[in-house]
Amino acid sequence: MSDEAFTTARLPGASAIHFRPVTMERKHVRVALILISLAFLGLFLIMPVVAVFVEAFRGGMPAFAEAIFEPDAAAAIRLTLLVAAISVPCNLVFGLAASWAIAKFDFKGKSLLNTLIDLPFSVSPVIAGLIYILMFGSQSLLGPWLKSEGIQVIFAVPGIVLATIFVTFPFVARELIPLMEEQGRGDEEAALSLGASGFQVFFRVTLPNVKWALLYGVLLCNARAMGEFGAVSVVSGHIRGLTNTMPLHVEILYNEYNFAAAFAVASLLALLALFTLVVKSVLEWRYADEIAATRRH
Amino acid sequence: MAATTIASVRKSSVIPGFGLALGVTLTYLSLIVLIPLAGLFWRSASGGLDEFIRISTDPRTLAALRLSFTTSFVAALVNLVFGLILAWILVRYEFPGRRLLDAVIDLPFALPTAVAGIALTTLYAPNGWIGAWLAPLGIRIAYSQTGIIIALIFIGLPFVVRSVQPVLEDLNREVEEVAATLGANRRQTVRRVVMPALWPALLTGFALAFARAVGEYGSVIFIAGNSPYKTEIAPLLIVIKLEEFSYSGATTIAVLMLIASFLVLLAINLIQSWSRRRYGDV
Amino acid sequence: MVRPISTLVRRLRPGLAALVAGVAMIVTPALADISLLNVSYDPTRELYKAYNTAFAAHWKSETGETVTIQQSHGGSGKQARSVIDGLDADVVTLALEADIDAIAKASGKIPADWRGRLPHNSAPYSSTIVFLVRKGNPKGIADWGDLIQDGVEVITPNPKTSGGARWNYLAAWAYANKAFGKDDAKTKEFVSTLYRHVPVLDTGARGSTTTFAQRGIGDVLLAWENEAFLALEELGPDKFDIVVPPLSILAEPPVALVDANVDAKGTRKVAEAYLTYLYSPEGQTIAARNYYRPSKPETVDAALLTRFPKLDLVTIDDPQFGGWAKVQPEHFGDGGIFDQIYRPN
Repeated sequence: MSDEAFTTARLPGASAIHFRPVTMERKHVRVALILISLAFLGLFLIMPVVAVFVEAFRGGMPAFAEAIFEPDAAAAIRLTLLVAAISVPCNLVFGLAASWAIAKFDFKGKSLLNTLIDLPFSVSPVIAGLIYILMFGSQSLLGPWLKSEGIQVIFAVPGIVLATIFVTFPFVARELIPLMEEQGRGDEEAALSLGASGFQVFFRVTLPNVKWALLYGVLLCNARAMGEFGAVSVVSGHIRGLTNTMPLHVEILYNEYNFAAAFAVASLLALLALFTLVVKSVLEWRYADEIAATRRH
Repeated sequence: MAATTIASVRKSSVIPGFGLALGVTLTYLSLIVLIPLAGLFWRSASGGLDEFIRISTDPRTLAALRLSFTTSFVAALVNLVFGLILAWILVRYEFPGRRLLDAVIDLPFALPTAVAGIALTTLYAPNGWIGAWLAPLGIRIAYSQTGIIIALIFIGLPFVVRSVQPVLEDLNREVEEVAATLGANRRQTVRRVVMPALWPALLTGFALAFARAVGEYGSVIFIAGNSPYKTEIAPLLIVIKLEEFSYSGATTIAVLMLIASFLVLLAINLIQSWSRRRYGDV
Repeated sequence: MVRPISTLVRRLRPGLAALVAGVAMIVTPALADISLLNVSYDPTRELYKAYNTAFAAHWKSETGETVTIQQSHGGSGKQARSVIDGLDADVVTLALEADIDAIAKASGKIPADWRGRLPHNSAPYSSTIVFLVRKGNPKGIADWGDLIQDGVEVITPNPKTSGGARWNYLAAWAYANKAFGKDDAKTKEFVSTLYRHVPVLDTGARGSTTTFAQRGIGDVLLAWENEAFLALEELGPDKFDIVVPPLSILAEPPVALVDANVDAKGTRKVAEAYLTYLYSPEGQTIAARNYYRPSKPETVDAALLTRFPKLDLVTIDDPQFGGWAKVQPEHFGDGGIFDQIYRPN
């Protein structure tokens, strides 16, 4: 990380120059900035994750396995997978539709629509849960009718799915809209002029152009969907083995003085987060050229 | 309905599927977001204006809102500084582990907030890994406003970094070279040439981190002391009002927060359009 | 160069297969003959874990039917709110009469006279409020008056959200009322001073125990007697001591059938049996084992009762309180005495 290393790495054509380029800070400034960053990340980001794993394995491997395979924990894991398996595809379809409409067409109210799509992002998760209680609870207008039809929305899987969809609403659309706007309409128009049908254009031209952004969006959406706590907590009813998702199960175990088990389940969620980051990074490194190509299209 | 009226004013395009795409978008948006939110406003209005004013001027409500907004502001400010430094070293410097660092930035996006909450409490409680070192010095982090700020720093960090990074990458280095050739030293170049171009992205990141922090619940309740007037955040007060069977209380605070969030979002959009006018589409 | 989407799909295929398998696994439901949902408050987890097993066995031997009992735990107020909003509880076993009253009033799913339907005001077990202190009682806490000494930190949850916390508050009130010769102003002054010694106000009893025991905050935890014993058992008797004050409150956590729900689900018979069995010798013994004071102590082995120390217990129907219907709005309602004493000057 000497100045020389920098010049050779960044400016291969000018490797003979051994001076610090004018657009680069002094070495001690650079080292200081890097050290500050490492300390900051270590303290705020890395340490918490390390803490989760250390606490999870404090009781040893058998205790960890027992906590994970205990029936209520297994039910929570299944419910979390189910909720993600429903809400992520919903938001995926929505994200594609919204970005197609916004990026490929001009219409009045486009910026309003853009803002509205971002809205759930800045709404507190607690409010996200509250609005569905107000909509579907026994005290609501719809409540008595739903009850007479035997449909249970809140305190059951549908309510948990709705709350999860709400909090993960903008993720896919947010990844796609800027990219598709940048790519413009040229490819689609060319394909259409060559006689392709609308669906062919969508599946053969647009989708391949945005597939990496789409995948990032889905990954982040999925991570958030599996980890949502506040919104789900309000609509869940906390029935063990039935309406407890993994984050809620962590809270329950934590409240039962069962800290090792709480951290064991929490470590699964942390693993999911790490897995998400690894996949995302690997894709970024491996397909960096391709991504750059689609971006500058 | 809305799809067809909007469709009629669109400029002609050869690309098909506008009606379908916009129809799906608007239907889904209405069902999931707009109608339920409208229900919230309707419910809070049904209590009457007097009730709304009584709850929104209640000292405890005001204290919770003030706490939520000030801690979020401080956390976003910290993120502004460190987010800029992080984005800077990730874009400009080569050092071992740079890619790893780059990947780690997104951790708060992916880590469930409840997990973050118990992990941070484990670290910063007076008998925790870090808290135990600070306790003898009389510094209390968990169960104080500092604890809330730490949790909010955690969840908000990626927003600033990810807003600034692409702009910094696209920044034309030749301008900096010109500044240097014209006799500016490095500090002057950074302050007068680089920073003005980064401000819009920094402000966007700041606003996003701030908006996210104001609504945050999961990670904060574990580490905050949850004392009324002192460490009780607004989302927690909504939950408490709900548990007291006070729907009007819960909806009123929710509406106040929503209005505030909407203003923040509006500010983001204004910043972006202002920066686009000033610096071209970055 | 762009790849067709099919390449992407092919690459993702193993993941998709796993997803489909996962969904299939979930959709297959667990089958049980009858299931009951018991919506309860925080500290009863261990009690009902044991009781549910015992009742299922009892019901099986009586009728041959298999019954599965689902449990939901949380702060008492939050749980009541969930039932009002439509959580399908067959029975509620909460911390306070006031919470069941709220369900009766707001949803009409429970008749207003529910309290008289089961013996002992529908409270099959009772408890009281004691102090949990650090080992050796370093601050020398023996009675309520010691809690407001300089430098003593008290941990108790928020009475607005936690049922147990309301009992804590009322026990302190009962002490002060007696100590200051029924002077209301001085009593209020004592209780508000006490709450100024509270550094962390959790939303539930369990949160407070964790704060005190696991996070090491505070010198004394005001706790349910059963919670204090359990904390001692679970977290190590070498770390804490229980201090029983000379005077405390008789806390009667009530149970009730949710009529509208059991009639809709056709589970009335088994739900009624579930509650009645709590009063049987077996039910009472399980309660005593889990550190709840049985309401029919004569049915329980005397050796099990020695764990409950004798102390002066004030009831909620004492003239200074006048029952839950009066206490709830007066002390814990919006703008009530608790709100007044907690308002910073």
